[in-house]
Amino acid sequence: MSIKKISKVQPEIFEFTKNNLEQAEKEIKKYPKEKKASAVIALLYLAQRQNDNWIPLLALKYVAKMLEISYMQVYEVSTFYSMFNLSPTGKYFVQVCTTTPCALRGSKKIVELCKKYISKEEKVLSENKLCSWVEVECLGACVNGPMLQINEDYYEDLNETSTEELIKKILNDEFPKPGSSKNRKNSAPQNGKTTLLEV
Amino acid sequence: MLKDEDRIFKNLYNDYGWDIDSAVKRNDWFETKNIISKGRNWIIDEIKKSELRGRGGAGFPTGLKFSFAPKEVGSRPHYLVINADESEPGTCKDRDIIRFEPQKLIEGCLISSYAVNAHTCYIYIRGEYYREGERLQKSITEAYKKNFLGKNACGSGWDLDIYIHYGAGAYICGEETALLESLEGKKGLPRLKPPFPALVGLYGCPTIVNNVETISVIPTILRRGAKWFSSLGKPKNTGTKIFCISGNVNNPCNVEEEMGIPLKDLIEKHAGGVIGGWKNLQAVIPGGSSMPLLPKSICETITMDFDSLIKEKSGLGTAGIVVINKDQDIIKCMARIARFYKHESCGQCTPCREGSGWMWRMLKRMEEGEATYKEIDLLHDVTKQIEGHTICAFGEGSAWPVQGLLRHFRKEIEKRCHEEPLVKKKNEIPYLIDQHLLEKDNA
Repeated sequence: MSIKKISKVQPEIFEFTKNNLEQAEKEIKKYPKEKKASAVIALLYLAQRQNDNWIPLLALKYVAKMLEISYMQVYEVSTFYSMFNLSPTGKYFVQVCTTTPCALRGSKKIVELCKKYISKEEKVLSENKLCSWVEVECLGACVNGPMLQINEDYYEDLNETSTEELIKKILNDEFPKPGSSKNRKNSAPQNGKTTLLEV
Repeated sequence: MLKDEDRIFKNLYNDYGWDIDSAVKRNDWFETKNIISKGRNWIIDEIKKSELRGRGGAGFPTGLKFSFAPKEVGSRPHYLVINADESEPGTCKDRDIIRFEPQKLIEGCLISSYAVNAHTCYIYIRGEYYREGERLQKSITEAYKKNFLGKNACGSGWDLDIYIHYGAGAYICGEETALLESLEGKKGLPRLKPPFPALVGLYGCPTIVNNVETISVIPTILRRGAKWFSSLGKPKNTGTKIFCISGNVNNPCNVEEEMGIPLKDLIEKHAGGVIGGWKNLQAVIPGGSSMPLLPKSICETITMDFDSLIKEKSGLGTAGIVVINKDQDIIKCMARIARFYKHESCGQCTPCREGSGWMWRMLKRMEEGEATYKEIDLLHDVTKQIEGHTICAFGEGSAWPVQGLLRHFRKEIEKRCHEEPLVKKKNEIPYLIDQHLLEKDNA
């Protein structure tokens, strides 16, 4: 369970853009007609992406109305799942994996760099309001640890220098190139493959 | 060591391209129509003969699970749901299958859907794997274009639609009934079993839930025959498996190997050995964070398969191997895992919701040398009170790693403990409030 901070500043109106409305209808069509509620996570994602990485309360109501379910049910879902942000996170939302496999390879140093450059506290915007960071549980890229996620992209095989570069880039409003920072090929061993040599 | 020709996932590192044409060159979708024309019973029998066990952690025989689906479709439709909510710390195999071998998964979905009478298949992928989901969607679209999916899929006469459903960062949704709840648009709280999903699952309809890796190996098994698959590995622990080796090794990697391979071989041959040499090994978590760790003495000889690991009171789980060397503080590592479970408990059952927090705080105290000797037994007692007293297996998953630590590293903990408690009870504070929280600012 995660603790959610709900933003005190809320927009006055929220509705999907035309594009997102089409997208939402596509999502709803994935499920049987009377089971529209299944699309709630997908619609919340659309709202979150449309609204700079966070969901205003009005959007929850909007989604509830669209799916013909209660506001409370959408509220429950948005607070249960850790990936929904109910307060602003900035254009670049940095999630640092700190679970044991990454911790063993030095994720602590990455957290310290985030504290140094972005903000002292988790979920607090940087001075230029562009970024925020948070410690998260396993992101499922354990053999490429330590790693972090910026919005949708994974940044793997990090060390102090590469992390510093990453953070400086996003602070300058620039998307770094995702993937391994050591030019490693996906999840293959760094010093050459031991299997799949001939095929 | 397994021969390369016997490896199922030849594109594990993306050397040959993930697109459908490259996949067809690697024999995906080869004679799928023929396989399906042999009929449901043949498919299920063949999977039973191959002795394939589920790759998601529990190791349940897949053929048997398929046979639980009602033979005839009644008033309610059947569903196949693929569990791609990979979040077990130490595990990252499904991600590579989705990224680089998506057609194996999609073909497996078609064959399995036919075997369990399902016309709709949902793939529940974790929300963080957004790019992986995009890739999978592209692959599904490619398969539709080639008529491998949709009406009369692959010329088999069977209609199948596959949809992707994203999760949103809840570990518990990897539990099959929580996954179904989440798919229905609710909080991911596990359901009481029975009824099992095979009879009452998604929207109350018969549903078969399987892991990505399980489904992805099925087409190859059917093409090459159950005999081939069961000739690999050990009896009742057959076939190949993707192992993820992470932590303090020189070359962390994913690698597909035969079941029953010695753990030492995996670490030394594929992962470049332990950092600081084999003698610097402290412990290994053999199957994702839920499985109790093994000390070095057991790691010398243990083989990686379901039954051998159960004998050592651990388990193969998802085969996410986390190597911990002697430079690490073992109590700290396990305290971090306890924190993971505290964070991810869904809060439905009290023993797990409260107990996971207790375990974390006690381990944290032990790590910092603030615990008393008495607390070691108390901690063991807490794990015993969680285990078996919850709706789903999360209770066991959170208690077992702590029990493993107590079993193998009790002396390490005792070294740091005190006779007298460091935190003295204050009289004016009501006893219900956790003393520790008042003293330390770490709720």
